[in-house]
Amino acid sequence: MADIHQFFQQLINGVALGGVYALIALGYTMVYGIIELINFAHGDVYTLGSFFSLSILGLIPLSHIASGPALGLIALVVILAAALLCGIVGVLVERLAYRRLRNAPRLAPLITAIGVSLILENIMQLWKGNSEVPFPQFLPDRWHIVGGVKFDDRAVLVVAVSVAFMIALNLFVFRTRLGKAMRATAQDRDAAQLMGININSTIAWTFFIGSALAGVAGFISGMYYGTTFFLNGYQAGLKAFTAAVLGGIGNITGAMLGGFLIGIVEAMTSQYISDQWTSVVVFSILILILVFRPSGLLGEQVPEKV
Amino acid sequence: MSALLSLRSVSKTFGGLAAVKSLSLDVERGAIVSLIGPNGAGKSTVFNLITGIYAPTDGTISLDGRALNGMKPSAVAASGIMRTFQNIRLFAFMSVLDNVMVGRHVRMRAAVWDGAFHTPSARREESAVAQSAMQLLEFVGLRRYAHEWARNLPYGMQRRLEIARALAPEPSLLLLDEPAAGTNPAEKQALMDLVTSIRDRGVTVLLIEHDMRLVMGISDEIHVLDYGEKIAAGLPETVRRDPRVIEAYLGKGA
Amino acid sequence: MLGGALRRRVRWLPFGLSDAPLSRLLVGVAVVIVLAMIPMLDRNSSHISAFADTGYVMILAFGLNIIVGYTGLLALGFAAFFAIGSYTYAFLASPQYGVHLSFWPMLLVSAAVAAIFGLLLGAPTLRLRGDYLAIVTLGFGEIVPQVFQNLDKYTGGPDGIAGIDQPRLFGYAFGFNPTPYYYLYFVIIVICLVLLNNLRNSRVGRTWMAIREDELAAEHMGINTTSAKLLAFSLGSAFAGVAGVIYAAKLSTVSPSGFDFNTSVMILAAIVLGGMGNLIGVLFGSAIIGLLNFFVLPQSSNWAHSLGTALHMDFLQGVDLNAYRFMIYGIILVLVMLFRPEGLVPSAARRAELHAEQEAGAGIALQEQAEFGADIP
Repeated sequence: MADIHQFFQQLINGVALGGVYALIALGYTMVYGIIELINFAHGDVYTLGSFFSLSILGLIPLSHIASGPALGLIALVVILAAALLCGIVGVLVERLAYRRLRNAPRLAPLITAIGVSLILENIMQLWKGNSEVPFPQFLPDRWHIVGGVKFDDRAVLVVAVSVAFMIALNLFVFRTRLGKAMRATAQDRDAAQLMGININSTIAWTFFIGSALAGVAGFISGMYYGTTFFLNGYQAGLKAFTAAVLGGIGNITGAMLGGFLIGIVEAMTSQYISDQWTSVVVFSILILILVFRPSGLLGEQVPEKV
Repeated sequence: MSALLSLRSVSKTFGGLAAVKSLSLDVERGAIVSLIGPNGAGKSTVFNLITGIYAPTDGTISLDGRALNGMKPSAVAASGIMRTFQNIRLFAFMSVLDNVMVGRHVRMRAAVWDGAFHTPSARREESAVAQSAMQLLEFVGLRRYAHEWARNLPYGMQRRLEIARALAPEPSLLLLDEPAAGTNPAEKQALMDLVTSIRDRGVTVLLIEHDMRLVMGISDEIHVLDYGEKIAAGLPETVRRDPRVIEAYLGKGA
Repeated sequence: MLGGALRRRVRWLPFGLSDAPLSRLLVGVAVVIVLAMIPMLDRNSSHISAFADTGYVMILAFGLNIIVGYTGLLALGFAAFFAIGSYTYAFLASPQYGVHLSFWPMLLVSAAVAAIFGLLLGAPTLRLRGDYLAIVTLGFGEIVPQVFQNLDKYTGGPDGIAGIDQPRLFGYAFGFNPTPYYYLYFVIIVICLVLLNNLRNSRVGRTWMAIREDELAAEHMGINTTSAKLLAFSLGSAFAGVAGVIYAAKLSTVSPSGFDFNTSVMILAAIVLGGMGNLIGVLFGSAIIGLLNFFVLPQSSNWAHSLGTALHMDFLQGVDLNAYRFMIYGIILVLVMLFRPEGLVPSAARRAELHAEQEAGAGIALQEQAEFGADIP
């Protein structure tokens, strides 16, 4: 029985981690869908999200607030503020570093993106230092036991928040005018332009939304793990990119599915193989997928892409 | 004597769409054969089938009696068929001379260590190839631009450079895909003269042209495609008077 | 008269050197002599060590330049091949397994091993689109040091392998003295430059550049693009293998942390800065990045500290310019790609020269064609 409990325990860990990856993966997949750029700096925007959250939380006298609803409201405000700030960073990065290269050879903006990533990492290193930074645990820490498997409110929060934002994103992309403009631009930029769609602003919005979701991911991973680190975004970004590729890059549903799968694979690897092999396993999946099925799991069946 | 290039009931479908339907065609040695037809008639698809970009859905393509089916483009080139592209595809940031020398690739031997150590045999080969490339540039009138970057040439010269590059390995068959597209009337005439002199050098030419009048003067034989099907073939005068050709070009009722 | 003499070629020189005009050879010889005298002029061994370490940045940049600059394939995890080269030497010339093969042949063995791994990674992945290839190689770059770290039974784990043999030449032991390593790098770099310059102007070099410019057109010129790309990939990796051996020998120890993404990025920054595909540019770019990394940043931190002590400024006393290293690389990558994608070293020099020869007459151009072959781009 202990074995099966362990399994479910790791499954919960994996789903929580997967929620974080899925949120980051959405940004990769949306940006790739619309301008075919692997936005290498995206993982660092995720870390920025946790850093922004930290700074905003620092402004709030948390110890004086006791009531649960008030704390919940604070969490919501911090999430939205972190998302907004990250969104702005994303738009600025696109404007300053990528837009000029939109028609350059494909490798040029990718190299620029690597440069932006290094700059962001170095800024964060100078900002919060070279070591792990504790993340305040201000939400009440209640544990639940269901069928012998223990999990706390934080896991519930992570999964609930990530799923809520994914649903919101889906509604946005498929139900709104701007969402339609994004899908049109992803299909054929020139044709979309001829139809009167403002390409620059559509691409800027894509960056805003993708980066905002990374900001949300930054907050919830800070809450879940209780710590953050300036270099977290490098590996997390690469794993989230793996998730996007696994799901079929450019495919929103695929990114979510891929995110949860990679999260679960990582949790199971650390349970049944060893903690230190998780990166090797995930990146091997990346290579194998790109070699054997570059279109990913949902790449062909669902051709919609943003 | 059998034809140099022969297509036997070649078809190509994309999804459910037939781009080329059961096309048979012979190109005799030493001839200039033109493939004409309205836009979207499948002319470029025929070139892509011959050069190995696409594999035919059906039928056989052979050069000198040897089947080309299933060969990669590089193998097709090595067997003696060179081509130009409808949208010019030069090596933009390489010199004009280097472009032609790349064209000679299949006739060169030098391996990586020959190149690294500049072995005597590699040096001899390099200078011989450079010399013949310069002669080819002379032939197409680009010799004085040999050391310019290809991308710095004006459009009409880029077309000529593509032809010189394709001639570099002394191919038996040259495929020209709308070489006169986008050029002015004077350049068009010069290009057509160039095509004739290429044939006179002993290279068989298969030419795609959109403009029917243009090919009338130089072609030994013309094949007309419409909607992937051959609707007429023969001497220029025959084709010109063929009612189906007139209809394809001018529409019904003309 | 003198000008004419300087433009002559020295026919009896081997390895393609006879293709370069005398003026170029003289400049080259002068630069070589000055650089060769540096260890005699500067007796500070930490300086010499920094200059020597710049050597491995150069060799790695030469290798990556074959892949990225000539052939146009973006490989991001290049440090993986550097790691493979280093560990190959560490396994075969250290107390780890009690095997002590000689340093000199190991240069070739490690090059071959790195090249084989290049083939193994390249064979299935080189047909991928450019940016996918970049990510696959990046993933490989993450996997390799992780594997060396995790297989601690065989590799010494995070601590790596220590006590690696150091080279001996005619009885002279290199030891930890940086000067002989400086000369070793020096000789290898000069050889690399000559060979790479020859290669660039050869059938194989043109093949690579044709693929970079237009892969489909290259295929139609009869080039087997798959094998040409594999050749570029494995040859570039071989350079990393050679660099790895000298690096491991100089330090006498290897550990996984020396081969992370930062190293790959440093090399990428070096070739982007100098100008991808431009051999002289890559030489300058890697010299700048190497010196910045090993000499300028550490030294200028010291200078700032001394200045801070003298002026009683706490800010300067505590400053660590090394902390800005990746900011600098990042800014280089962004600014160069945005504003000067051809890199710092202008190819205008080459162009001007070509024009000059062109004016001399087409007849001369034909006769001198072989000479163009020798121009370093």
